[in-house]
Amino acid sequence: MSAMPVTEAVKEQSMLKQKEMIAANYELLATAREAGRKVVSTFVPGNLNELMMCFDVVNNLPEINAIQNGMRKKTGGYIMEAEKRGHSEDVCTYVKADIGAIAKGNLGPDGRPLPDPDLLLLSYTGCFTFMKWFELLRQQYKCETAMLHVPYEGDGKASKNMRDYVVKQLKEEVIPKLERVSGVKFDIDRLRQYLRESAKAEENFVWVLESAKKRPSPIDAYFGGVYYIGPIFTAFRGTADATEYYRLLRQEIEQRVADGLGPITPDGEMHQERYRLVVEGPPNWTSFRDFWKMFYDEGAVVVASTYTKVGGVYDLGFRHDPEHPLESLAEYCLGCYTNRNLPSRIDLIEKYVKEYEADGLLINSIKSCNSFSAGQLLVLREIERRTGKPAAFIETDLVDPRYFSPANVKNRLESYLQMIEQKRQGATPSAAAE
Amino acid sequence: MTATADIVARCQTLFDDLHFTYAREWKAAVPGRKVVGYMPFYVPRELIHAAGALPLGVLGGGDQLEVIHGDAYYQSYICRIPRSTVELGVTGRLDFVDGMLFPSICDVIRNLSGMWKIMFPKVKSRYFDVPQNFRNDVGGEFYINELNELRDMLAELGGRAVGDDAIRASIALYNENRRLVRDVYALRSKQPWKTPSAEVYLLMRAGMILAVEEHNRLLSEYLAAAPQEDRPRRDNSRVVVTGVFCEQPPLNLIKSIELSGCYIVDDDFMLVNRWERSDVPVEGDPIRNLALAYLHDSGDTSAKYEPDQKKKGLYLVDAVKRSGAEGVIFAAPSFCDPALLERPMLQSVLAAHGVPYIAFKYAENSGQMQPIREQAGTFADSIKLWSEQ
Ligand code: SF4
Ligand code: SF4
Repeated sequence: MSAMPVTEAVKEQSMLKQKEMIAANYELLATAREAGRKVVSTFVPGNLNELMMCFDVVNNLPEINAIQNGMRKKTGGYIMEAEKRGHSEDVCTYVKADIGAIAKGNLGPDGRPLPDPDLLLLSYTGCFTFMKWFELLRQQYKCETAMLHVPYEGDGKASKNMRDYVVKQLKEEVIPKLERVSGVKFDIDRLRQYLRESAKAEENFVWVLESAKKRPSPIDAYFGGVYYIGPIFTAFRGTADATEYYRLLRQEIEQRVADGLGPITPDGEMHQERYRLVVEGPPNWTSFRDFWKMFYDEGAVVVASTYTKVGGVYDLGFRHDPEHPLESLAEYCLGCYTNRNLPSRIDLIEKYVKEYEADGLLINSIKSCNSFSAGQLLVLREIERRTGKPAAFIETDLVDPRYFSPANVKNRLESYLQMIEQKRQGATPSAAAE
Repeated sequence: MTATADIVARCQTLFDDLHFTYAREWKAAVPGRKVVGYMPFYVPRELIHAAGALPLGVLGGGDQLEVIHGDAYYQSYICRIPRSTVELGVTGRLDFVDGMLFPSICDVIRNLSGMWKIMFPKVKSRYFDVPQNFRNDVGGEFYINELNELRDMLAELGGRAVGDDAIRASIALYNENRRLVRDVYALRSKQPWKTPSAEVYLLMRAGMILAVEEHNRLLSEYLAAAPQEDRPRRDNSRVVVTGVFCEQPPLNLIKSIELSGCYIVDDDFMLVNRWERSDVPVEGDPIRNLALAYLHDSGDTSAKYEPDQKKKGLYLVDAVKRSGAEGVIFAAPSFCDPALLERPMLQSVLAAHGVPYIAFKYAENSGQMQPIREQAGTFADSIKLWSEQ
């Protein structure tokens, strides 16, 4: 195909760009001590990247380190190490992967040790475990901890009381601690500038996500999606680099749409789009490639996913707003996917199934993560009831290889796709693939 | 005077009744009465009471409920309490409950709040948030507003305003309740042979169901009766049981711990019963008083953030000291994030203070007590050996 070389070149540009960005952040982390820069550890959902940038601190994200280590197949050993040290087999494996890694020297993906944090910025958004995780780390590092309690949207919306509470904590707790630790005075105009940059990136990011409404979808919004969320969910939201990344990415995808192409997979072009799926839940990282392959081998494309909303549900219209900087950060934290109540999550998935013309919903239920998983069987039933489309359930884990059974997952996926076929041929779907 | 046996028999009947006959009858006795269910670990029951409603603690189905439907809602790696609670709901056992409160204890109960909205749309369900910031002008303000929202919801439910005076009167009643509960705990730590833990447990469980006025009477009667009992004093070790603040262990497990040679002298079974550590002031703005008590004079548990690293876990050391315990039993429901994530932190604090401990997991429907009995028995023996050295 004549367009191929061009597409490939464009693709490489955005991927290369992201690779460089990630490597640069790990470089900053590895050299933070010599450079005299302070290190702040924090979480992806409800992260305050633009605010942190105002204090010239380096951003360390233990969840991302766990994912990186998971993809490099190191987490199995780390988790065992943490369990040996008394951490229960029942709890979130991100936490244990992190604690095990620390016990083993806490090496970054580049093989260099990650620095101890000067501040743990504990954003309590969307998950209870975060609080315990940083209490555990605090016990080890004995460093300062800033808690940002983000109330849960139990009634499906952010109230004024919630917003005011988050803003007050930013003013009274988070900013003063960041000032103290970094020695840099807070400048709200600097924050505004970063937020302006964020909004630009968010605009292109949403365009990319929504491109999956086309047929064929030019992207895979789950397996590919986890790369696309990289910059905006982590240490880069608000940087010119992130803006540039999303500009490049959008260009590439526009080109793919123009060429009528489907997603790129690790094995190259995906040729035929046979199934369009919505996926709920995080992916498995230790067998990420194998997991993905099971989908593209069958021509199954994920057109929308909820995991790509954990760091912000931008496609519902939220943008960081330089005119209301702290309020906008509060709004952002409150609106992250797992901070929304179950009925809102179901509404969102229903919308995806309908608007992206999906054949159904697949839930990847993660053993580690009660925040996502508790209630997913009700999500499944509700979506089937509301959309008339079949839904199915698979069970894996994030970074614990003991809970990824390839044969099992493949089996379930295949029977699910068969169910979709039957449905297309007019047969009524049986209950979810058990 | 009522003998403890009668009191305990009454509590046992309430405990065994998975149809909540008492609460149903309470509701039926006066037209327009409402019942508001709540889950662990804490809700301000004063507000429910002041709204003229009966607060009903919903603590799962225990080991007597056959869970048929509930399992279809939960994966195998999620604890038992949400599934048995769903079972209670879908089998109509909670069909008289008008409102449900889901406190911010963990992601499972948090998500259950949304499930309840979908599954039981006629019930007023609310996720009940508490502050993790303990400054009056930050977390305090937030919490006052949350309490007022709850007050509005309860007023709407009950069809009448929830006035300040009514709340003050309820605070006074619950102050008395907490005083009596503290007295029972104090009596048990002084004379544990006179106050077997299974009895104290049932007495506390009765407080999840009975109207507070009635529970207060029952507690007073027990406090008068128990010291009169002539019960043999055993050479048991004294332990604190921790981690049991949500899904409850079977009663048999509590009995097994004691039978194996451990007197339970403190525990965190039903934190709501003694969450505020001293009387909540009755004078002044009652909502503000409840909020300030939460911020500055309440218990500690995994779900509550400890801002000061140096203080983390000391609450357990304090419980050990206060109750004169010689060791700690970590009992956690399987798959319980709050209990299991907190555990290593608490254990390292205990180790630093030279307090011995053991740990095991359970489920509300655990049947096999032998391993636990053996483990607790060995622990009791080792404590004795230790103290003789
Ligand atoms: S429980 Fe889920 S959301 Fe929370 S830290 Fe673990 S994976 Fe992340
Ligand atoms: S037992 Fe633990 S995990 Fe389960 S609902 Fe209760 S607090 Fe949550």
